[in-house]
Amino acid sequence: MIAHAIVFYIFSLIAIVSAIMVTVSKNTVNSVFFLILDFISISCLFIMIGAEFLGMIMLIVYVGAVAVLFLFVVMMLNVAQQKNEWFNSSGTSSHIPIGLLVSIIIFFELIIVIGGWKYKPELLDSIAIEINTDLTNTQSLGSVIYTDYILVFQLSGMVLLVAMIGAIVLTYRQRSGVKRQSYFKQISRERKDGIELVDVENNKGVKIDA
Amino acid sequence: MLSVGLGHYLTLAAIIFTIGIVGIFLNRKNIIVILMSIELILLAVNINLVSFSIFINDLSGQVFTLFILTVAAAEAAIGLAIIVVYYRNSGTIRVEEIDRLKG
Repeated sequence: MIAHAIVFYIFSLIAIVSAIMVTVSKNTVNSVFFLILDFISISCLFIMIGAEFLGMIMLIVYVGAVAVLFLFVVMMLNVAQQKNEWFNSSGTSSHIPIGLLVSIIIFFELIIVIGGWKYKPELLDSIAIEINTDLTNTQSLGSVIYTDYILVFQLSGMVLLVAMIGAIVLTYRQRSGVKRQSYFKQISRERKDGIELVDVENNKGVKIDA
Repeated sequence: MLSVGLGHYLTLAAIIFTIGIVGIFLNRKNIIVILMSIELILLAVNINLVSFSIFINDLSGQVFTLFILTVAAAEAAIGLAIIVVYYRNSGTIRVEEIDRLKG
């Protein structure tokens, strides 16, 4: 139990510190790296608490895909040199006290809710899908996703498809002046388009229209 | 203090959520960092769902965490695509220079 607590505190400390570093670090690339560290430590917490499948999925999706996407965009847009100063010098910092105030209020509201909150007694009777400890986490999630939540699962696949098409459509750009191969033009080209037979007079030569 | 319960996880989620909100409010230079703050907020929600799911022994919380992961990935892809298009059109993604709507 003590080891569990120690590991929890270590990972949550790393998560909080790296979350702070994401927002305050001057270089955007460093922010992305701290985001990766944050996701890794939270997925370690998930694995520790018993949600192994979600922890692994989080590693694959966030560290493998989303963070690389962020790094790619940061690299493409050349913003790594743009400093991320939030206490900027241009005098437009009047929003900072109000922003801090609102965030502190939100934090204390959340803490108050956590502190004074109890289970409704009927809740424990109304559990939808009880966790079966004989099965592994992955197995039990799989047996639920493909039966009870199949429609939502399909719908999330649709969300991904729409996101993919949307990203392609948004970033697609037709460049002018780029030569492309056109199969239709190639195949439908006939002999008379390319070849001209000329009777050449003796000692005159042929004039070629460039 | 030494036995980690539901309250610990909820407090961790609250702290990360608040850091994400601070990142959105206070960042004035770089819109990519704002997208990363949104990812932090979604992460805090995921922590809440998973810890409730474990502590009241109900699997459906983890199922919905999976769907939130899907939506977060789609949102990151679309948001970054919009940023790339905006940068291509206007040459900047500094938050204080994006004022076309005069808000």
